[in-house]
Amino acid sequence: MENNNVIVVTSGKGGVGKTTTSANVGTGLAKLGKKVCLIDTDIGLRNLDVVMGLENRIVYNLVDVVEGNCRVKQALIRDKRHPGLYLMPSAQTRDKTAVSPGQMIKVIEHLKEQFDYIILDCPAGIEQGFQNAIAGATRALVVTTPEVSAIRDADRIIGLLEANGFKQMDLIINRLRADMVKRGDMMSASDVVDILAIPLIGVIPDDENVVVSTNQGEPLVGKDTPAGQAYAHVVQRIEGKEVPFMNFDRGISFFAKVTGIFHKA
Amino acid sequence: MKHFFRRKSSCQVAKDRLKILLISDRVNCSPEMLELIKADIAKVISKYMKIDAENMDIQISAKKGGGGRGSKNPILYANIPILDIHKQ
Repeated sequence: MENNNVIVVTSGKGGVGKTTTSANVGTGLAKLGKKVCLIDTDIGLRNLDVVMGLENRIVYNLVDVVEGNCRVKQALIRDKRHPGLYLMPSAQTRDKTAVSPGQMIKVIEHLKEQFDYIILDCPAGIEQGFQNAIAGATRALVVTTPEVSAIRDADRIIGLLEANGFKQMDLIINRLRADMVKRGDMMSASDVVDILAIPLIGVIPDDENVVVSTNQGEPLVGKDTPAGQAYAHVVQRIEGKEVPFMNFDRGISFFAKVTGIFHKA
Repeated sequence: MKHFFRRKSSCQVAKDRLKILLISDRVNCSPEMLELIKADIAKVISKYMKIDAENMDIQISAKKGGGGRGSKNPILYANIPILDIHKQ
């Protein structure tokens, strides 16, 4: 397996859509026939299991694995809807100090042999939970929304990732509202790319179907909704395909290619 | 719409605020510290010439010629208007 496929989904700020993005990217890659392992690294505040609709099937978790209470395989929940998709849930009753970066690297080394992709859902913040999540990763998806606070935190995260030797960092701009961009009340995708200066890999429009899909515990990637399509495009770009960006705002033309203006960084 | 020509859009306000904010975030230098540096520079230059301390401008920029990241050495820019170069 190529070692560039251990991807951490991170943002700094909470509530911008890390878990939703992890769930959709993981599910989308599995739909393309890849073997994918999602790991929830948010110890004490696990959520990826509910977003994936797998909360009733948890027996063991990440902390059990690192403490040796079970084998790695026993903690993996297979998603029956998508062959090849597995979730390693986090512990709900422990805290971040239960796992160390070294232990994370060991777990990932073990999983790497069996999976095409490992997606790590990172907790908010820049403390130990963040250090744990990035320890074994080689690539990052930085999620932000077009808001001052989220962009500021994303910038800080990008700096920390750079300091930790990350070479590949891609930006996902979540919850963009084309109508607000049009009337000058929201930064456009290209405004955000200009500020953060890392390559753009996806623009997810604000879509109420995301809430519906979270209610139902089934990621909407690939479904016929604006966010479902946008996530499907992100997945294809992760796989190295060139997909034109959808025309959500004045900054991006329908035919603008991924390799075009956005790869100047 | 009637405010269109008078008021900056909130998008532009956000961009302007972020630009300044991120410069100090990136070099780990607070606006307060910049003010102190500015005051000290003004004091030193004032020994030799009369300057317009009110209108001097101090900035830390990540890279020459605008933003962008990856530059390891930020640059301190000082724009100091001189009122009288022959101060005695």
